[in-house]
Amino acid sequence: MLEICNLACTRGDHQLFSGLSFSLAAGELLQVQGENGKGKTSLLRTLCGFITPAAGEIRWRGQDIRELDEEYYAEMVYLGHLNAIKDELNALENLRISAGLAGCEVSDKEAIEALRHMGLRGRETLPVKVLSQGQRRRVALARLLVGNAPLWILDEPLTALDVGAVGLMQELIGTHLAKDGMVVFTTHQPLEVAGVELRRLTLT
Amino acid sequence: MNPKPDNKNRLSLFGLLGLVISRDLMLAMRRRADVLTTLIFFVMVVSLFPLGVGPEVDMLRKMAPGVVWVAALLSSMLSLNRMFSADYIDGTLEQMLLAPQSMSVLVLGKILAHWMLSGLPLMLMAPVLGLQFDMSGQALWVLVVSLLLGTPILSMVGAVGAALTLGLRGGGVLVSLLVLPLCIPVLIFGTGAVEAVTSGMEIASHLSLLGALLVLAFAFTPWVTAMALRISME
Repeated sequence: MLEICNLACTRGDHQLFSGLSFSLAAGELLQVQGENGKGKTSLLRTLCGFITPAAGEIRWRGQDIRELDEEYYAEMVYLGHLNAIKDELNALENLRISAGLAGCEVSDKEAIEALRHMGLRGRETLPVKVLSQGQRRRVALARLLVGNAPLWILDEPLTALDVGAVGLMQELIGTHLAKDGMVVFTTHQPLEVAGVELRRLTLT
Repeated sequence: MNPKPDNKNRLSLFGLLGLVISRDLMLAMRRRADVLTTLIFFVMVVSLFPLGVGPEVDMLRKMAPGVVWVAALLSSMLSLNRMFSADYIDGTLEQMLLAPQSMSVLVLGKILAHWMLSGLPLMLMAPVLGLQFDMSGQALWVLVVSLLLGTPILSMVGAVGAALTLGLRGGGVLVSLLVLPLCIPVLIFGTGAVEAVTSGMEIASHLSLLGALLVLAFAFTPWVTAMALRISME
């Protein structure tokens, strides 16, 4: 489904990686590893199309993502270091808007259900600025529950999350993979998903 | 190969446009100070002239369109650098670039929201402020029409500048330096229309040129802004 051929990425004059090739099929989980500054985030941002690769190709369903453009974006979710949520809005409004930007309309009921699943019961209509870092992250992660995109690109999804939420994420990734989804992620914390072989890609 | 996701809950293009506009308006309502500073600035600048120049009606009447237009130009510059910066800082802009719809439509939504919060209220207040300059009823009408055609151009051209200076330090001043020269034609035709009507000449030419500029800006600036935003996200 997702094929990376001979990918190279440079930031400034510095070459982060080159000749990178891998592919990801439905139901597979890939962890990108590497020390700080080795290009993990840059690789994920390249997969999102933010960064133009210095060389190589990224193909989705056999076609270059640059050509697919909107069709590709309809089938992927990216969650970066930034939560993309607004302090002035409440959790429910934030979730509905971010789902809307991702192209899917979500009813209040579905959104509340997703927030409750993320452990935010009773916090749905509080302004996000009164929530803790971990709770904000949970609001951002709730977006994964309301969409139906097969490809998830998660950059450090576990930052600021407590043990319970990490367990919840593992469960979430597990169900997504069972539905033939694909996940590419980076993390410095251990993340085990039951019944799925974790593939690792180490950037050096 | 698994099937492509179904389209039952997919948001239409106009749905997305509405979402972006309502989101920006909602955010502005929760942060009213930002909007009010722009409007109060406009009222202050326009009101200072009669006080500074003195009560000579002929002179005031002559300079009225210029003063109102320059004040409108400056106050719309004030809010420009906020157009994308908040979304840039909290990561919403990244998500906008990943929206499975044309980025130009999203940008157009943001431009329209910006106009509703800066250009539209300026246009509505202008006749009241024009009274301080003893403008005639007819001149006030033409002033409002010229602002209606002209202020969206300011928001559109401003969006290009705001996108190009995104993430730069001191971007606020830079965006004004970049955008103000480009707005000179709008200023000329906007004030020209009002001056024409007070001296009893034809106003259609000025207004149609403003309209032409508006159509041109509408066609190109959302697209150019979207390109500039993509570049600034690299």
